[in-house]
Amino acid sequence: MSTEWQAPAIILSARPFGEGGAVVNVITRDHGRHAGLVRGGASRAQSALWQAGNMIEARWIARLADQLGSLSGEMVHPAAALAMEEPLGLALLTSLCAVAEGALPEREPHPVLFEGMIRVVSRLVHGAGQAMADYIRWEAMLLAELGFGIDLASCAVTGAVEDLVFVSPKSGRAVSAAAATGWEARLLPLPAFLRAADDDGAVAAWADGLRLTGHFLERDVFHGHHRAMPEARVRLVERVMA
Amino acid sequence: MTTIATNPLVTVKSNSAPMRNIDPVEDLIALLARLPGYGRRSARRAVLRMLMDPQRQMLPLADALRNAAEAVLPCDVCGNLDTRSPCHICDDPQRMQGLICVVEGVADLWALERAQAHRGSYHVLGGTLSALAGIGPEDLRIQPLLARIEAGGVEEIIIALPVTVDGATTAHVLMDRLGDTGVPVTRLAQGVPIGGALDVLDDGTLAAALRARRPA
Repeated sequence: MSTEWQAPAIILSARPFGEGGAVVNVITRDHGRHAGLVRGGASRAQSALWQAGNMIEARWIARLADQLGSLSGEMVHPAAALAMEEPLGLALLTSLCAVAEGALPEREPHPVLFEGMIRVVSRLVHGAGQAMADYIRWEAMLLAELGFGIDLASCAVTGAVEDLVFVSPKSGRAVSAAAATGWEARLLPLPAFLRAADDDGAVAAWADGLRLTGHFLERDVFHGHHRAMPEARVRLVERVMA
Repeated sequence: MTTIATNPLVTVKSNSAPMRNIDPVEDLIALLARLPGYGRRSARRAVLRMLMDPQRQMLPLADALRNAAEAVLPCDVCGNLDTRSPCHICDDPQRMQGLICVVEGVADLWALERAQAHRGSYHVLGGTLSALAGIGPEDLRIQPLLARIEAGGVEEIIIALPVTVDGATTAHVLMDRLGDTGVPVTRLAQGVPIGGALDVLDDGTLAAALRARRPA
């Protein structure tokens, strides 16, 4: 294992450490979720940089690979500052970081998820409406990466590939409208944008999407670690529903 | 279980209290070193200075500490720390009591008072929402603020929370809760600080300043 690397990263969290320091969690393409000690990270001079959601060029160095190590960084994209004025955008950004931090194992690379996060953060510049569908797709991608993917290829009952409008909360497989007749109340609605990459959806579809991925995140990822759904994710759902 | 060693430099262990050293000098150093801005080295220097002249430096300090500990209490109205409740700010008829500035902590209230920029009253929230620290809306003094508004006479709420992700999240939640009250809510401006050269500002502040530009 390397004792030094430099890579683009997204800040997931910064926990105060001592008087002016911070233990910062970042995610990178090749090193996954990675923590490091930032000297002066909570100081007035540096606190703007170490805000969750910011994209930075990070440098990590340690004497031994299994040490916490020392982290430094330079701003690439001040996503946190740009999202602060928009309640939904900020809720989305904090939820993205909190879910990644809570769900992903440390130092395990997930390049697809990192690229998905970059896409969400980049689109957030144009408003939360542009990024919400990508965020929900990212959560579905996270489930798949962790081995709990939802299967939207065909109907679990009939094998049909058309008119898939529900997902079974048990198996995580899609169910067509015809096969769901009489069972609608017990199934999770499947928003169309989860099957079409170019569809940004709307508020009702986002709520359905968050409910769908939230069900499996809670059951398979967070409960598995005896943890509750991150507060930031709960607040995002509340804001979408409001 | 309580064990007291005979060696004066050995610490006392107790189930009910934090570990305390029975050597009074080490005990004092350890207590001072817990305060913000102090490490063991600076605590030792301060203790040594005080021990040089205990009558003039130590005993008055001990008296002052005791007096402050016994006299200071949180204001029932705003959460400020003062020797009386309601505090001298809430009780001041010269101040605009209907103009409430919401701050994270007493340190922020003191900063605004030092600047003499606000002539209204305050409301200390007692923190910001933090997923990491497990602080939710119910842990903050939002309900007492709503009660103050409900009691009447509030003309404006100024939100003066930190410009961090947690601070902004708290501000949004607060604005949601205050939305139904009908009281005008404002926030502090963000942008270039006094004496700030643009080339040394961080990207986030520059972006916020550009977005918040106004007609000259």
